[in-house]
Amino acid sequence: MSSPLISIRDLHVSFHTQDGVVKAVDGVSFDVMPGETLGIVGESGSGKSVTANAIMRLNFGTQVDVSGEIIMNGKNLLEVDDEELRTLRGRQMAMVFQDPLTALNPFYTVGNQIGEAYLIHHPKATKSEVREIVLNAMVKVGIPEPKKRMDSFPHEFSGGMRQRIVIAIALVNNPQLLIADEPTTALDVTVQAQILELIGTLQEEYGSAVMLITHDLGVIAETADRVMVMYAGHAVEVADVNELFDTPTHPYTVGLLGSVHSLDDSSRGGLQTISGAPPSLINLPTGCAFHPRCRFELGENSLCRTEAPQLHAVGKSRSACHLPESQLLQIGTKGGV
Amino acid sequence: MIYFVIRRLLFAVVLLFVVSFFTYVLFTALPTNPAALTCGKNCTPEVIARNEVRLGYDQPIHVQYGRFLKGIFAGRTYGPEGASVHCPAPALGYSFEYHQCVTELITRTFPVTLSVAIGAFVLWMGIGVGLGTLAALRRGRWQDRFATTFSVVGISLPTFFFALLAILVIVIWGGLLDFPQYTGFTENPIKWFSGLLLPWATLAILSASTYVRLTRNGILEVMNEEFVRLGLAKGVKRRTLIVKYVMRAAMVPIVTIAGLDFAALLGGAVITESVFNLPGMGKLSIRAVTDSDLPVLVATTLVAAVLIVVANAVVDILYGFLDPRVREKV
Repeated sequence: MSSPLISIRDLHVSFHTQDGVVKAVDGVSFDVMPGETLGIVGESGSGKSVTANAIMRLNFGTQVDVSGEIIMNGKNLLEVDDEELRTLRGRQMAMVFQDPLTALNPFYTVGNQIGEAYLIHHPKATKSEVREIVLNAMVKVGIPEPKKRMDSFPHEFSGGMRQRIVIAIALVNNPQLLIADEPTTALDVTVQAQILELIGTLQEEYGSAVMLITHDLGVIAETADRVMVMYAGHAVEVADVNELFDTPTHPYTVGLLGSVHSLDDSSRGGLQTISGAPPSLINLPTGCAFHPRCRFELGENSLCRTEAPQLHAVGKSRSACHLPESQLLQIGTKGGV
Repeated sequence: MIYFVIRRLLFAVVLLFVVSFFTYVLFTALPTNPAALTCGKNCTPEVIARNEVRLGYDQPIHVQYGRFLKGIFAGRTYGPEGASVHCPAPALGYSFEYHQCVTELITRTFPVTLSVAIGAFVLWMGIGVGLGTLAALRRGRWQDRFATTFSVVGISLPTFFFALLAILVIVIWGGLLDFPQYTGFTENPIKWFSGLLLPWATLAILSASTYVRLTRNGILEVMNEEFVRLGLAKGVKRRTLIVKYVMRAAMVPIVTIAGLDFAALLGGAVITESVFNLPGMGKLSIRAVTDSDLPVLVATTLVAAVLIVVANAVVDILYGFLDPRVREKV
């Protein structure tokens, strides 16, 4: 197995608010391999976007504590200085945001914005070179009539087209890592599929690794190679995508899979919900953060309530649950117990 | 875009007619009889009645307004035969208080007001936008606290108070400047400058306080925009990010508000001009009010209204240039 492109070790991100300290990410470790697609899935507030932003070091004011290690190409991204970070952003790693309607600068043409992304990291490029690059990028992401459209402003494009432009901006420097933070959430269903397909195609062409953040398990099933499931700032399960859907090994994953509509699937007993609501990140439950909502919780004074479970191998997956391995391998089938 | 400009200008012209009509009607509806102003102490009911006829105040209002409009475009002759005065176009009326055509009064006072307004505008935009930007970029630090304090103090201080304070401290105690006085720019630019410094500062303090807030809040709001984050994620340099992303967006609403504020100031800074004894349009209007000099009052009001309407049109058109989203929609 090749060495990981990026290694995140024991990442903690906490925000200081008036109500207390919000532990948005609480000790997450994972790797992204070169060229793979890692899906990160979880409810709102599970820490998936915060993790992505931590890698790019975006939106970190004075009210945020970040600790841990994010190693990429031998450097800890949390320790490099601002100027070096700037040269890495957009070139080594790029990001696609959730809402393409607000992600583009409304005052400049899209050609200018794609060109800018290239020029920042290739300051010696000539005008005609940049123009060539921009046209090329627009063709690659499937914008019709790019010569004409490069002088249009963002508001003259539809949402799907704008997301293509955001992708063009992200990929113009051929980054090793593309972070896509819910790239299809704000789009029409038909457009969603196109955008995912586009990301997939370009990923193959450029060989970039993709970190795809979503709450949509359908998106994960279609695109991801591996999946990390997050809950309340923790990674609760990491597995290959097929393993995850066939044999989920964490009660939360089981709940997540059970709460998805499916036409042909009656084996899990129809649509199920996870009772309760995600916990407050200021005041996390002791032990396993999921235990108050867990169907399989081991009861009072059990490890579930006293000790936070760590990721460990369960079958072919890794799961953070105190249940015995034999039971964990069963919970995903036929209602579990 | 060109159609937008033409349409906007046409609309402004229509608006000007409406504004002029209401201004005119409003003032003729006042209980003061304008004819009584023509004769001063010699007034008898007979003289007043005669003058009313001569000046056309006996006519129905639409006829009067028609003559007023005609005067603007073609000039007009006022007063009784033999002692009549002709005011060339654009004639806005004849002041029996000053015994002058109103247009002359305005062309004499307008440069003063313009001088006051331009200097104050430059100063307040410089201070307001500069300090507001600094406050936003150093949010929560002493620069921010200084700017916020400045803004609160500036807004709370009444204009006349600050003006008098400035005169007391700088002119009387400090002896740093002569008492403010208007000198034509073409006459002596240095005296023009030093004579207007305090009036500028007075006006600028108040407006700058508002612009500090506008700028600070505008920038902070834009900084939270997703496209600024994308700029950061692209690896844009901090300076470029602030200028090309943040300021560019934050300045659009400020430019439009500034255009209107500037126009309002051109109508005459009544208090400032009075305190510093500057012979501008503000002072002219105030005297017209105390003297019941209706023709002057109608004219200064109208000029101020015209400036606002024109500024509105200019700002709208400018907005179209500044914001591509507006350009396309209209």
